Amino acid sequence: MAQNDRTAFVMRDRGWHPRPYAPAYKTTVARSPQQSLVSLQTPTASELTGPDFDNFVLGPVDNDLLLNFRPGTDRDGLPIGERIIVYGRVVDQYNKPVPGTLVEIWQANAGGRYRHKKDAYMAPLDPNFGGVGRTVTDADGWYRFRTIKPGPYPWPNDVNSWRPAHIHVSVMGPAISTRLITQLYFEGDPLIPLCPIMHTLNDPDAIDTLVARLDKAGSRPMDSLAYRFDIVTRGALQTYFENQG
Amino acid sequence: MTQPTKDGGLMYPESPSQTAGPYVHIGLALEVAGLPPRDDEIGPTIATTAAEGEPIEIVGTVIDGNGDAVEDILVEAWQADANGVYQTDFRTDRAFRGFGRSAPGENDAGQWSFQSVKPGRVTHPNGGEMAPHINLMLFARGINIHLNTRLHFDDESTANAACPFFNGLPPSRRDTLVARRESDGETARYRFEIHLQGPQETLFFDF
Ligand SMILES: [Fe+3]
Repeated sequence: MAQNDRTAFVMRDRGWHPRPYAPAYKTTVARSPQQSLVSLQTPTASELTGPDFDNFVLGPVDNDLLLNFRPGTDRDGLPIGERIIVYGRVVDQYNKPVPGTLVEIWQANAGGRYRHKKDAYMAPLDPNFGGVGRTVTDADGWYRFRTIKPGPYPWPNDVNSWRPAHIHVSVMGPAISTRLITQLYFEGDPLIPLCPIMHTLNDPDAIDTLVARLDKAGSRPMDSLAYRFDIVTRGALQTYFENQG
Repeated sequence: MTQPTKDGGLMYPESPSQTAGPYVHIGLALEVAGLPPRDDEIGPTIATTAAEGEPIEIVGTVIDGNGDAVEDILVEAWQADANGVYQTDFRTDRAFRGFGRSAPGENDAGQWSFQSVKPGRVTHPNGGEMAPHINLMLFARGINIHLNTRLHFDDESTANAACPFFNGLPPSRRDTLVARRESDGETARYRFEIHLQGPQETLFFDF
């Protein structure tokens, strides 16, 4: 956006975000910095700008995970699993829509298996499911994907750790200050309170904001259930440099 | 969940971060995951050789607290063009893109790389010119919220010494942000080792 270099953002609340060092999630022990982060008292254009994706060319089924792994095939080629619509709005902390932001998702298939060279879980790959999607929010901040509900999967942490069903969600833009990668969970999943990665969050309300809600009204009869997941990015403080006088 | 703002409105909390996990490549670096790339992908080319400026290559590894390379790392880069201007209109049909993503492949032992041009100097809001630098963001399994750092260049020592940003950093840690020029030729190559922990821990920013 043209105004990028005139906008600063509400300070990031690092007590609300997950703790970088969280020993119950074992990989964090060797991968979390031990020194304090250095706070920038005066953000510069380097932090207050970022790529804008208005002219980035997306494919017609990039946001349709039911079709995008084998585009052009007919209904026989659909993935196995619960068909769902995942949609919502990207807004900032002042509830202002964030248009033109790149939303990217990736997920396991219905059996909990990722299409990744390094995933060796015994659940089979689905020949009709890649598990990746992307879209750009519209003028009012809305985004929308069609996919299948991912399955939970085991992972090597404790001897018997399972991830709740989840979709990884990346939001890029308008500035690198607002860069965010998070995960979407599903209402009612009994694995949520048992997950060591959820326990990296201090506040139960923070977990709650990552749980997509079943939206019966948004579902398509005889076709797909809908889940609503709104994403909040850092609040834009306008005309920052002008105020510096 | 919400707190009042100065103007009496409500301010929502930012969505909390979660780790990008070991399979981040499926979503953000498809070829590394083994997925067919789409027509237009964000990749490790920040600028092609057709872009204005000195062509450079950046290579590096991210080292964890055990001394091991983080092989599942995803690095994002954001930089100004050769004139010190951030080009925000991202498109892959341009020689200069400004933004890129890189992740080590299976046989790269954790080494990632970017193709770019040396960025120009960007004006600091308090006055003065910042030394050429590239903004980097790190994502991986075990990193619950991405890490922000900056890469400076060892052959820009005059610009670094005059940089109002660089000079505001703790002196003992400035060196952790400096990439080393390791080969000349048509495209100069710089190496940037990032340490997540330990005596050489890289300086990471909160902004
Ligand atoms: Fe996952």
